[in-house]
Amino acid sequence: MILVLIETDDSGATVTSLETLTFARNLADLGDRPGVEAVVVGPLEAGLRHNLLAQLGEQAVLTVRHATDDQLDQYSAAAWAASVVTSAEAATADLVLAAGTPRGSEIMAHVAARLGTAMAANVVRVEQAEPLVVSRQVMGGAVFEEMRLDGDVNVMTVAGHAVDPKPADSATSPDVLEFSPSLTEADLVTRVVRVEAEERDDTSALSSARVVVGAGRGAGSADGFDDLIELTELLGGVLGASRVVTSLGWRPHAEQVGQTGSRIAPDVYIACGISGAIQHWAGCQGAKTIVAINTDADAPMVTKADYAIIGDLHEIVPAINAELRRRLG
Amino acid sequence: MTNILVCIKRVPDTSGDVQLSEDGMTIDARHLGHTLSAHEECAIAIAAELAASSDGMATALSLGAGDAQEQLRHAVALGCGAAILLEAEPDSFGPADVAQAIAAVVRDRKESGAGFDLILLGTDAADTGDFQVAVRLAYQLNLPVLTGIVTVGIDGDTVTARGTGPDGTEVYELPMPAVIAIQEGGVEPRYPSIPGRMRAKRTEIETLPPAVSPRGSGRVRLTLPPAHPGTVKVLGEDATAAPALVDVLSELGVVSK
Repeated sequence: MILVLIETDDSGATVTSLETLTFARNLADLGDRPGVEAVVVGPLEAGLRHNLLAQLGEQAVLTVRHATDDQLDQYSAAAWAASVVTSAEAATADLVLAAGTPRGSEIMAHVAARLGTAMAANVVRVEQAEPLVVSRQVMGGAVFEEMRLDGDVNVMTVAGHAVDPKPADSATSPDVLEFSPSLTEADLVTRVVRVEAEERDDTSALSSARVVVGAGRGAGSADGFDDLIELTELLGGVLGASRVVTSLGWRPHAEQVGQTGSRIAPDVYIACGISGAIQHWAGCQGAKTIVAINTDADAPMVTKADYAIIGDLHEIVPAINAELRRRLG
Repeated sequence: MTNILVCIKRVPDTSGDVQLSEDGMTIDARHLGHTLSAHEECAIAIAAELAASSDGMATALSLGAGDAQEQLRHAVALGCGAAILLEAEPDSFGPADVAQAIAAVVRDRKESGAGFDLILLGTDAADTGDFQVAVRLAYQLNLPVLTGIVTVGIDGDTVTARGTGPDGTEVYELPMPAVIAIQEGGVEPRYPSIPGRMRAKRTEIETLPPAVSPRGSGRVRLTLPPAHPGTVKVLGEDATAAPALVDVLSELGVVSK
């Protein structure tokens, strides 16, 4: 059995969790595993629960294990990992997966440590089912590592956008098993004590956006984003930024796209004034179409793009905005 | 007085073209520079600041070959007061091995009365991206652990840590000692001062063999992704190209009334 940890947002399962379920289902089909179960941790509001179960049914999940306990209301990686390990044992899972998000990576590291087993982070595909060999991104996606997982139970995270989340041929109505995991004081000492809402982490919006407008050093200053923000709004997209931009404090770190930021897979990525260092490319290479706007025709982002305009973004982006406004009426 | 261990790793700088060794098992780093991971640069900044504000000391530790002294000296230049090199061939160590080797040092220092109040690492290394060493280290030492943390403060025996979560900034309060993995975004990496550089040159780096026999990472081989086709279509060289781009965006279905 394969067990997948599900992360949720306002709509149900996150896009990256749905991707991980599709990845798990494909993996189950390669071997003799009976299918996929899911584990959800923490409180679920009724509407969210309804949407979530429908999504999990579309992914042919057989059983949903829901860890509910007042002590899980506030996030603690150790307590969540305890819930996942309890579920893995109950499901007799030989594979435990989560999306390669910050939270998924953290919890799976705990799960692997608790199970005393190997963990492969940022897996993109399965090379061989038996014995299990997977490919994963290393060096910020510049290199793939083929890694053998030969434990009795193996743990992995799936790189964002390694697969498209596709419904199964036959949907299920998953059984829901609620349980209260056995938690120790040590599991709860790392609980969130409070959330300060002034800085929301918008990585979920970035990773699920259809259009991302990326801003790099070419923006020029913290005051140089007005046209880029207007372009983002006209296209109904989300603003992203290069590491230089966040390091200089021009935009919040939560908007960073790249190896140490979000990994995105929009239909269109418009990279404005971004040279395209490999660390940034690691975050945006999943885009279906890349448009580069840059003064340097030889910049890596330009040479790797599908379309480019060579020039100053401060002249070109306002012209694009004007053309969009004209056509949108 | 807070004593802090900050664990760092010498990693290839991937700004240039990455090549692999002939057997496909390692990065051919002969033509690459080396650096620290971005998260670890921030961990050093936090460690140095916390140590300085409490008359304590930050000690940098790295598991790697002899040339990792370069990164350890850099950490000293940035404010660490001591450095330890666990000299080994790093590619033969998986994340569980590294955690076990660091744990042995921490236990040894504790037994000798020079234990650490806080152990900082990067959330993940820029080369292997394993996301595991901090967590596995904490389990080895039976200590609480947080990852993805951007700022750290200490009040008495309590450490307050902040990280960004789905609903905002998440605040944690832990008893020390604890293991905390730092993520870029909360502090500015430091730049070495001239006195710092001088101190780094003079500092003797304590060199030890790791107290573990590595089991490895399960690596079968490394491969490079297929070369990008490089078929960019240049729409123009000034603002007059804007309508052509909007045509493309319309064809792609991302312009709608």
